[in-house]
Order: sequence, then structure tokens, then C-alpha cells
Amino acid sequence: MTENIKAYELAKKQKEISISEFFLKNRHLLGFDNPTRALMMVVKEAVDNSLDAADEMKVLPEIKIEIQQINEDRFNIIVEDNGPGIIKQQIPNIFGKLLYGSKFHTLKQNRGQQGLGISAAVLYSQLTTGKSTKIYSIISPKKPAHYFELQIDTKKNEPNILKDNEINWSKDHGTKIEIEIEGRYLKGKQSVDEYIKETAIVNPHATFIYINPEKERFEYLRVTDKLPHEAREIKPHPYGIELGQLMKMFQDTRANTLQGFLQSEFSRIGELTAKEICSKAKLKTDDKPKKLDNKQIELLFKSLQEVKIMAPPADCLSPITAELLEKGLRKEINADFYITSSRSPSVYRGMPFTIEIGIAYSGEIEKDSQIRLIRLANKVPLLYQQGACAITEAVSETNWKPYGLQQSGANMPVGPVIVLVHMASVWVPFTSEAKEAIAHYDEIIKEIKLALQECGRKLSIYIHKHIKLKEQKEKINLFEKYIPELSSSLSNLTSQKKEVLQEKLQKLLKKELPTLEAENGAKE
Amino acid sequence: MVQKNKSINKLKELGEKVIKDIDKNKNPNIIVPIRALSNVVFNERTRTLEIGDKTSTRYFFNIAHAKKFLQTIEIASILKKELLETGKHEHLRGVFYITKRTIPNTNINLVDDQIESDKIIEDLEVITGLSREELHVSANKMGSMAGNITLIDSGDIINCSKLGKGGYSIPSITDELEFKKVNAKYVLYMEKAAIFERLIEDQFWKKNDALLITSQGQTTRGIRRLLQRLSEEEKLPIYVLCDNDIFGAYIYSVIKYGSIALSHASERLTIPNCKYIGVTCDDVIKYDLKKHLIKLNENDLARIKQVSQYEWFKNNKEWQRQFKLMKELDGKVEIQALATKGISFISEVYLPYKIKNKEFLE
Repeated sequence: MTENIKAYELAKKQKEISISEFFLKNRHLLGFDNPTRALMMVVKEAVDNSLDAADEMKVLPEIKIEIQQINEDRFNIIVEDNGPGIIKQQIPNIFGKLLYGSKFHTLKQNRGQQGLGISAAVLYSQLTTGKSTKIYSIISPKKPAHYFELQIDTKKNEPNILKDNEINWSKDHGTKIEIEIEGRYLKGKQSVDEYIKETAIVNPHATFIYINPEKERFEYLRVTDKLPHEAREIKPHPYGIELGQLMKMFQDTRANTLQGFLQSEFSRIGELTAKEICSKAKLKTDDKPKKLDNKQIELLFKSLQEVKIMAPPADCLSPITAELLEKGLRKEINADFYITSSRSPSVYRGMPFTIEIGIAYSGEIEKDSQIRLIRLANKVPLLYQQGACAITEAVSETNWKPYGLQQSGANMPVGPVIVLVHMASVWVPFTSEAKEAIAHYDEIIKEIKLALQECGRKLSIYIHKHIKLKEQKEKINLFEKYIPELSSSLSNLTSQKKEVLQEKLQKLLKKELPTLEAENGAKE
Repeated sequence: MVQKNKSINKLKELGEKVIKDIDKNKNPNIIVPIRALSNVVFNERTRTLEIGDKTSTRYFFNIAHAKKFLQTIEIASILKKELLETGKHEHLRGVFYITKRTIPNTNINLVDDQIESDKIIEDLEVITGLSREELHVSANKMGSMAGNITLIDSGDIINCSKLGKGGYSIPSITDELEFKKVNAKYVLYMEKAAIFERLIEDQFWKKNDALLITSQGQTTRGIRRLLQRLSEEEKLPIYVLCDNDIFGAYIYSVIKYGSIALSHASERLTIPNCKYIGVTCDDVIKYDLKKHLIKLNENDLARIKQVSQYEWFKNNKEWQRQFKLMKELDGKVEIQALATKGISFISEVYLPYKIKNKEFLE
């Protein structure tokens, strides 16, 4: 009888797929969809990790990036930092296991989020070149340095250690990674060069040394010794939670009472709020959390959304600050005028976030093309999928004409301007795992627009003053050209000699010049 | 000849004044009377619009004034040298082209648009006190005359009773026309050339001893001057026939009292004793033209409000009554609507009745 039941037959084919196998087939989801982008992604993942590590250790980051071209489509990428290093036992897991990380379960502003990035790079290397990834790490000058060569067992999603040696490394602490991949090196807006430059702008406390495949050496030196504000970890805010997540929290909690659970697992819930939530859900404050059934959890979930709760604390954020953003812009972009703004924190779906804007105008910036938009999330440049990003929508929906730029309809404005938009949040809502575009939340778009308007107004004051000054100067120069004309007209009208009149008017111009220039100043 | 020399001297005086400033080491300037509603006065005694005594001073060494200053002197020199001294006339458009050129070593044109040169010519009129005609500048001619009148135009004798359906084409400058023989009881001026043709076909002027004059839309200066001369020199009553709308009322107002833009020339152009013959709101009611009303739009309503508050209309009870009726009827009627009573209704019934019963608006 059993042979005829289809389900049995199907069951034979059904088996667990490992995350690594999934990646093998879906590498575009993580941003490794073409050789050019893959090269950028590997550098990006390594540099993001280095910066996060340095921030955690509270050292000023010094990061060296080198890309060596082995042959036409093979590159060796070396990234070395002065971070805390990684203890021996953790190295294989961090680099050799997908979705292993410290950041996924915490609510705190970080560059990385899922612990997917660097191990995905290792997997990509293995996939395209068959080579292992080399890792050097030292955590203290008193301890030995470690050297690993790793691959990933794609079936089990486990690290496959090929070499594990103690070595001598004359360094106090830090990590170095060498990854060989198939890739392509291009210059331009979506290149590694651009990624490093933008990263340097928004990390003015970091020094980067970059050697590109053409063996050109770039140094981006730090302009401040001030470490960024340390982002504090926070508990989730009730407004940002989903039902499934809430159920999982009930399973994991160590609290003995419902009230205790609410107060300890969420931010902004105190005694009074906890009691109100319970009574609204018709539950007792001393109910045992583990004994609640799904129906009761659902009631509690509803009540969480209905009770008025304070916005989450914002010290989980680490904005660049307007002052340092301006310093960053000034060192990498040659412009005539800079404006920066850092808004006070706001909230979307219970997640605190803050928007920062920098605008650079004129100077060496291209005049007659669309403005250049630099998008960043948690201090990481977003180079791809500009069209799909909420930042792009906010910029093009802002009316730039009153601010002195050209714009047709809701398109990108035209003018010698670079607009930098940075979103800092404990959880940036990306549209995909490639983390290149921010999702379109109304609260986020609104905040970006407000920040743009604030900077736009300052820009317009500068542009109008600047243009007016230039025009007035040109007009004063015009008198030189008008004098011969007036002299010949007057000569025709009165039969006085043109040359005599011209000479007299030239003299008069010299006398009147200070008044004309004063008039010019007074008009501003 | 005398007038021509007077004009040349006036322009020359302007230039000499500027040179005097230069010699005194002063910023050269020209004083220009202001031509705007703020500087227009309604003279109750002469019942015309006059220019007030507000002036503005145009300096050469001033960023905002320099180009206009240059334009003023340049156009003055063109009028003197190219027109007055050669005895030739030129149209506004022609003056624009003579003036238009690029200032050497710049990308700036002395004038970009005819509006600019037209304004400067009006400025020169108020600066010198000379009319545009006296400066030998003409505008497009846009009018015709028919009736029992013989005149001399540039030496040609013209009998306006023998010129067929088109009539005599009125030149843009009518100061120099000579009236040889006039045989008419009144002048009928109409806004619409189509009505002019209708009346000629109906032999209206022969049957009624009338002079017929028309222009398309706003009345040109040449026609206003001609009407004024017929009124003053030949003592003919002037009757004005317009559409029953606020724009018709304003055409009448300009002929009678003068216009804001040309308030400086009122003395030579206005006809304070001319009369409005129609079409009135009362006609609309009397002849049952209500079904031909065109609904008033926002623009009409705004203009009614504006015109009814002009000083020269403010205390005119008859006209205030008309403005009120216009709003009540909420519509306007063209002269041609009278044709619905019969093609020749206007020449056989409407006009003769009005003239016989002296049914006019002041």
C-alpha cells in the first residue's frame, strides 16, 4: 500500500539545505552577482569588520587595504587592522561559518548586522578560486599570534581548518585577512576606490592606506583624534516587535513573572507601564511567562501596541556629528562651500534612527550634470541600487529649485553639488541582504526631507549671495564697455568730439568706482 | 519745418544737459517723469487724465540704471540723426532694429526686445515734452474711415466718399492731414471693423450724413488724434459704438479721458465731450439679447471692479448703473449680436433711433 502514497515518495527527496548551499545558488542576494561587485563586496566586508572591531576596542582605526592583481581576473585582497584581534577558538567560526556573529541579537548601531558578510566572502573565494582564506590575528604582545587557513564545509556550514599555526607577528594587536577571488577591477562611481574614499569621509577618525591593483598608493589620514560616541546596546522597543519574535522571547526569558519579563526584556517599560499592559491584556502581573499560551501572548502583543510608551533611548546611536562630517567632506572633496546637519533622533517601527546630511557646493564639482548622491547607512557607503533606495526618493522629491539648483519634476536636481545622506540606526531596514538600498518607510523619508530642507535653505543663501556678487562684479566691468557707446551717442546728439567725451567719462568712472562697489556691497 | 527744428533742439538739449554733468565731474543723469497709475491725475476741470509731477532720476554710473541710460541717449541720437535731420519717419519696429546691436566685447545687446525700445521712446516723449509723432516715430496703422470728407494726405487729395467698401486707410500719424471739405453731422467710431463694413454696405453714412471710423480693438493714437481734430476743428459730435462689456467701456474711457500709459499726451488725444452710443445693458434687455449673453469670467469681473473704481468713473451714476447691470446680467454681448434682429437692424433701426432720441451715455 505504501508505494502508492505520494507523500512517502516526496519525503525521500526532502532534506535540509544548509545555508552555505543556499548561498551557492543565490549569491546575488548577498551582492556577489558579478566580478566587479564581488571585488568591492569582499573589501567592504573586511573593512566594515575592521572598523567595528576598532570602535569596540576604542582605538583609532588604522586600516591597510591592498589589492594585488594575480592575472586578468584573479585578485588577492589583503586587509589589515589594529583592532583587538580574535581569540584562537573563535577564528574558524567567524570566518568559516555563515550567520555566526555577535551583532544579530543586539540592538546597537553596528556596520555589520547578520554575521553573514565576511564568511560569505570566504565562501565566494573558495567557490571561484578553490583557494583557502588566510587569517592572521594577535590579541596581545604577550601572547602568540595565530595563523589560519580556512574553507567552509558547505554541507554542514562548518569551518574546515587546513592550517593552524602559531607565528611571530611584530604587532600589539590586530587582524589581517588575505582572500583570493575571481573579480574585475574598474574605476568609477561603484568602485573599490570610491568605497574607500566615502568610508574615509564618514570615518574622519580613521586612517586608511590603500594600494590599488595598479600599485597606486592612497593615504586617507585621520582629521580628528576624537573617537565616535560609543553606541550603547538597547533592548527592543515594544512598537518594533513582531508576534513571532515575542513568542521566541517568552521561550528564552529567565524572568519569573510577566511584569518582570516586560520590564527586563524591553526598553522603556517601567512598573506602571508594565501593569497597564497586563491589565489591558487581561493578564496578571505575576503570571509565569513560560506558562502563557499562544492566545494569551497574542493578547499581550496587541496590548503592547496600544499602550502609550515612550520613544526608545537614542544613546544606542553613534552619529558622525555635523562637525566631523564637515571635516570629513573638507578633506576629501574640494568645494567652495560645505553645510552639514545632524538631526535629533527619531523612530520608525520602534527603532531609533538619526539622519545626517552633508552638502558640498561648487569648486571642483562637475557643474552641468546631475548632483552626486553619496548614501550611507551606519557609516557604510551604499554604492549600488541607488534607484531603489529611500534616500534617493527623498532627494528627488525635495524641491531644489528654491535652493538655487535646476530640477525638472521629481528628478535628481542638476548642479555642482554633492549631497551626502547618512542614516544611523540600530537596525537599518535594507531592501535585501546585499544591503545596498534602504526600504521606504514614511518616517525615514520624512526625516531625510526635513534635513535636506534645512541644508537647502543654507545652500540657497550662499548660492544667491555668491551669484549676485559675481554678477555685480561683471556689471561693474561693463562700464568700460558702455563708455565708448555712450560717448559716440552723445557725440551724435550734440556734435561734441567723441574722444574728448570718452576721456572725461573714463576719469569719471575712476571717481565713481568706489561708490559703485559700495553699492554692490550694500545690496547684499 | 519749424516743428522739426524744435524737436531736434529738444533732443540736443538732453545731450547737452548730460555733457554739462560730465564737465562738472558729476554722475550724469536724466530726469524722467513717472508714467504709472501712481503718477496719473484726473483733472476735474479739463476732465482728462494728466501726468503728475513725480519723477525718477536715471544715472549712468549706477549698476541698475546704466543700460537704460545708454539706451535713452542712443535712441535720442538715432531719432535726431536718422529721422528728424533727414525728414524721414520710421515705425516703432524699425527703430528697434536700428537700435538693436551687440555692444562690442560683450554678449549684451543694446536692446533685446521691441518692448524695451518702445518704452524708451515713451520716456523720450515725457522727457522732451514732444509727442512720438513729433519725433517722427509711427506705429502700425489699423483703421479706416468712410464718409463725405475730402482731405489732403502728403499732397494727395483723397475723397473718402469714393473709396468703396474698405474706406480710407488711416495713417499712423494724423497730425499732418489737412481737412479740405467736410460734409457730415457727426462721427461714428466703432470698435469692430465688421460693423464698419456692414454700415458701408447699407449706405449708412450717405443716408445719415455720418463719418464712419473704425480700428480693430484698442484705438490707436493716430485715430484718437484724428477724432480729436474732427471734434475740435470741425465741431463734429463723436459717438462711440462698442461691445457691451468692460473692455468696450474702457475703449470709450480712453477716447474720452485718456489712458494711463499715455497720460502725458492727453492734451493732444482726449475728447472730453464724446458720447457712448452703445451697446448698453439696457439695449440687451430692450432688444431681448439675453440669450446671446456670454458668461462673465473671472477676468471680466476683476476688470469691472477695477474700472468702476477709477476716479473718472467713480461719480458717474449712469456708468455705475451699467457696471451693476453687467454683474446682474452676468454676461456680455458683442455688437454683432444685434444682427439676430435682422442683418440691417443696426443701420436701419438701432443707430437712427439712438441718435434721434439722443440716447447716449456720458
